[in-house]
Amino acid sequence: MKNLISMRDLSKEEILYLLKLASQIEKGEVNPDMQRRLAALLFFEPSTRTMFSFDTAMKRMNGNTIVMSGTKDTSAKKGESFADTLQTIAQYTDIIIMRSPIEGAARYASEVVGIPVVNAGDGANQHPTQALLDLYSIQKTQGTLENLKIGIAGDLRFGRTVHSLVQAMSLFGAKFKFFSPTFLSIPKNIKEFLHEKKIRFNEFDEDMDIKILSELDILYVTRIQKERFASPEDYEKVKGSYCLTKEMLSHVKPNLKVLHPLPRVDELSSDVDDTKYAYYFQQAQNGVYMRQAIITILLGGV
Amino acid sequence: MGKKAINPIKNGTVIDHIPAGKGKNVWEMLNLPSSEEKMFLGKNLSSEKLGKKDMLMFENLELSLKQLNVIALIAFGATISIIKDGEITRKDQVILPELVEKVITCPNPKCITNEEDVATKFEVLENGDVEVKCHYCEKKYLIGEVKIKM
Repeated sequence: MKNLISMRDLSKEEILYLLKLASQIEKGEVNPDMQRRLAALLFFEPSTRTMFSFDTAMKRMNGNTIVMSGTKDTSAKKGESFADTLQTIAQYTDIIIMRSPIEGAARYASEVVGIPVVNAGDGANQHPTQALLDLYSIQKTQGTLENLKIGIAGDLRFGRTVHSLVQAMSLFGAKFKFFSPTFLSIPKNIKEFLHEKKIRFNEFDEDMDIKILSELDILYVTRIQKERFASPEDYEKVKGSYCLTKEMLSHVKPNLKVLHPLPRVDELSSDVDDTKYAYYFQQAQNGVYMRQAIITILLGGV
Repeated sequence: MGKKAINPIKNGTVIDHIPAGKGKNVWEMLNLPSSEEKMFLGKNLSSEKLGKKDMLMFENLELSLKQLNVIALIAFGATISIIKDGEITRKDQVILPELVEKVITCPNPKCITNEEDVATKFEVLENGDVEVKCHYCEKKYLIGEVKIKM
């Protein structure tokens, strides 16, 4: 593995290897040393959470980072090409971790520079480190990735996290239940992909049903963004119906875990937090271990 | 005798078995320089295989690989015949390239290829229809949905 750009580039074996390394790092069985290694965190689109997670991952391994956040301090304003900016930064650092609103920006970056590139999100396209930390969280809580029943709720149309997760979990024979308002339902190309792979799924355009929730091993809730709606009234209507509450979890399986990529707004009630099913904050912590594993593999630290 | 009748060119190229209605499209796409040579566009000709087909004939023209790739994309199934001294010397079906570089414009306005000076690259997939997938933004399109330029 030279770069991490898209989940599509990873084989099942590579995914399993990353999961194993993340687990070894978490348990302290492997202690990668990134002393004198410098990561460039280029966030052309701000994302404090993801940036801090990478920053923490690097520093937990004694590495260091230089950070660029937002577009205002870039050379783009001076008319410098993206390729030139990247090539210059690649002269200073050992690895580039980048987020951009431009789709394909990380792939292009990996073709321009001679050092490893990690895609920390490129527009609506890919966010592979999120997908990997989700897989790690699922494996850690269920003891396996094979043959699980996974419910996914919220914005299934625009949520790239959801798309990557569905594609990745389909390698492990998952069954899916999708909950979303009709106009935010899972896109046609993902459905075609699932049909091709002979993966079973059902779609629901109503509130999460207690009976269906009782079958699940994982419930993955995502944020429904207000700006996707034509009018505030439409949003208010949907908002109430896609909210997971403690009460709805009264008949679930004991191994169920609720995941959420965060930040949450109205779709996940805070009364779920003190149930044994809540796992979203640990999920964020798992992100650090997974990002440590990714950086370690790309920089040859093990 | 029959062959001579439908081949009014002596030396050149015949693009046959073009799906009916696509002939003009292929002609335009080839973006040929203005020329004094003979050229023919046959529309809605009868074909055993296709029912109806279009056909193009160009005197003294040899197609480049890039042109052949574009023909394969927009008129999948077409055949190319090379004519020398009034005889067909070679006849091949166009082959879909696995990858096309530079000729397709990505319709996604958020794609890096529309933001920076990056040559486009598309993977070509065939399952009934010809589909192309952008190497950068990973979006898939039917061939009819993208702009092709030579």
